[in-house]
Amino acid sequence: MSDQPLLSVRHLSTTFATPAGPLRAVDDVSFDLDAHETLGIVGESGSGKTVLARTLMGLQPRLNVEVTGSVQLAGHEVVGASTARLRELWSSEVAMVFQDPMTSLNPVMRVGRQIDEVLRVRHGMDRAAARARAIELLDLVGIPSAAQRYRAYPFELSGGMRQRVVIAIALAGQPRLLIADEPTTGLDVTIQAQILDLLDTLRAQLGMSVVMITHDLGVVATRTSRLLVMYAGRVAETGPTGDVFRHHRMPYTRALLESSPKLSNAPHTRLAAIPGQPPNLARVGPGCHFAPRCDLASDRCREVAPALEPTERPDHLFACWHPLRTPSETPGASS
Amino acid sequence: MSDRPTTPDAPEIGGDLAAARPPLGPLFWISVGWLGLNVLGAVLANVLPLVNPLAQDYNFINAGPSLHHWLGTDDLGRDILSRIVFGSRVSLLVGSGSMVIGFGVGMPLGMLAAYRRGRFDAVVTAVMYVLLAFPAIIAVIAVLSFWTPRTLLKIIIVIGAASIPLVYRVIRSATLSIATREFVTVAQVQGARDGRIIWRELLPNVAPIAVSFLLVGVATVVTLEGALAFLGLSVNPPTPSWGNMINESRTILSQNPWLAIFPSIALGLFLLSLNYIGDRLRAHFDVTEVKL
Repeated sequence: MSDQPLLSVRHLSTTFATPAGPLRAVDDVSFDLDAHETLGIVGESGSGKTVLARTLMGLQPRLNVEVTGSVQLAGHEVVGASTARLRELWSSEVAMVFQDPMTSLNPVMRVGRQIDEVLRVRHGMDRAAARARAIELLDLVGIPSAAQRYRAYPFELSGGMRQRVVIAIALAGQPRLLIADEPTTGLDVTIQAQILDLLDTLRAQLGMSVVMITHDLGVVATRTSRLLVMYAGRVAETGPTGDVFRHHRMPYTRALLESSPKLSNAPHTRLAAIPGQPPNLARVGPGCHFAPRCDLASDRCREVAPALEPTERPDHLFACWHPLRTPSETPGASS
Repeated sequence: MSDRPTTPDAPEIGGDLAAARPPLGPLFWISVGWLGLNVLGAVLANVLPLVNPLAQDYNFINAGPSLHHWLGTDDLGRDILSRIVFGSRVSLLVGSGSMVIGFGVGMPLGMLAAYRRGRFDAVVTAVMYVLLAFPAIIAVIAVLSFWTPRTLLKIIIVIGAASIPLVYRVIRSATLSIATREFVTVAQVQGARDGRIIWRELLPNVAPIAVSFLLVGVATVVTLEGALAFLGLSVNPPTPSWGNMINESRTILSQNPWLAIFPSIALGLFLLSLNYIGDRLRAHFDVTEVKL
């Protein structure tokens, strides 16, 4: 098991049947994630990040959804697995922290009971042991006076506290992989940093792997070892985080980087927004999905989709017909 | 942490939640008391020092309130107070019995359909909407007209059956708004089974809506029984019920208005206290409403 990655995704596609035709929200995504590693998945809203996360969990509804490819989680196949089979993986192998801490807690249950639940049902603990462990977990995620908060209802806690509780619930089964789907949405900036640091500390402390899904490059820059840039369901570029930031080859990655503010910018610098919107995935052409918004796009881009190709480094891949040599290269040179 | 589990002087968090809730208020307890009195009267009617509700007192025909007959007598000289107390038996039995049937069938179906969705939901919902499209009162009248002799049990079954689609619709939509929330997915991903999710995650969220709808439902059915009695389709005379007392008073309303007034007051106060209790309970137990 040790020579094999914890999570191995091969040619994963998730297609929704919509009235407008098939919509491929995740399109031929492949990646590996080793134990103790953190993978960042970045992309705009609607780029298929959340659908990818739910597919990794095996959480897609059976109706109107077709999942092809393979997701190997610690040697277990997730795609096509029965609910009973998935239930064995959930919580002990993989757990998920959801976007919105306001809706991921049951409003009428004390938070302690929500952590207890999994301990008692899945790990056969008795009431007292589960309670002790739940308080331990609350303490672990940095909730002060954990024993008292155990009896709190979600509405008595702030957004940041709630997200900590959600993380505690996810950790209850001691998963080897934690999928965090935009875990800081709806939290203010200082709390965001706290939650992200907490996740990173816990990863190191508990020896987990983490998949961190976000639209915020600042979140992944220092906290992930590898990065996967998604656009319109496809992998645009992937590689070690530092490489992708410094030597990105795909114009979309550059556009993303340029659209986030930097402290080194002069005051009142206009941010470079990416023109247009992500395409409607039910009505896309055969070529590169980013072509309509790309200033380097040629006819070739519009006709044939580029495949993922390695750069000088074999673990840094990108999909582009007109790759950038260096981040400083002037746009339009190759078209 | 070094904190002991719960100390009496612990901060309010998770402690005495009642302090943060809207108080029930004295009117709530008056309503509860009145309702209790009604139930007690219905249960203990035989033991209470009441006149036989069927006994005729020829000295007092169509009499107003007096010391002999506190609420007066009807045109056959029967004691109205006694008839109201005995009549509450029919009203309360029909009200609670048919709601037991309506919720017993409609609630599990509604919750299951909303949680499962898919084909099961589609089929059950279609059937329920067909039933809803047909006016319930007409169906009840039709069935009760032919299903003779009319007994209390038959009336309860028919009204209960007619209430199933209504309960189903309310519970299904309430569950639907809960079942699509993320915490249900969180529970699933923790490995909880469907039965546990419905019982532990969904039911406590649906319960406040169910309870207030239940109380309104009892009130509606008690009125419906009155309407049926008015049409002569409820329990056969001379058995009193609030509905048929009001019905019988109609012919001699001009001579003895008390005959209509007292059962109407009993019915009205009963419904009022039920509705008020339902409303206060919903506000009190809705933990999400206390949210800032």
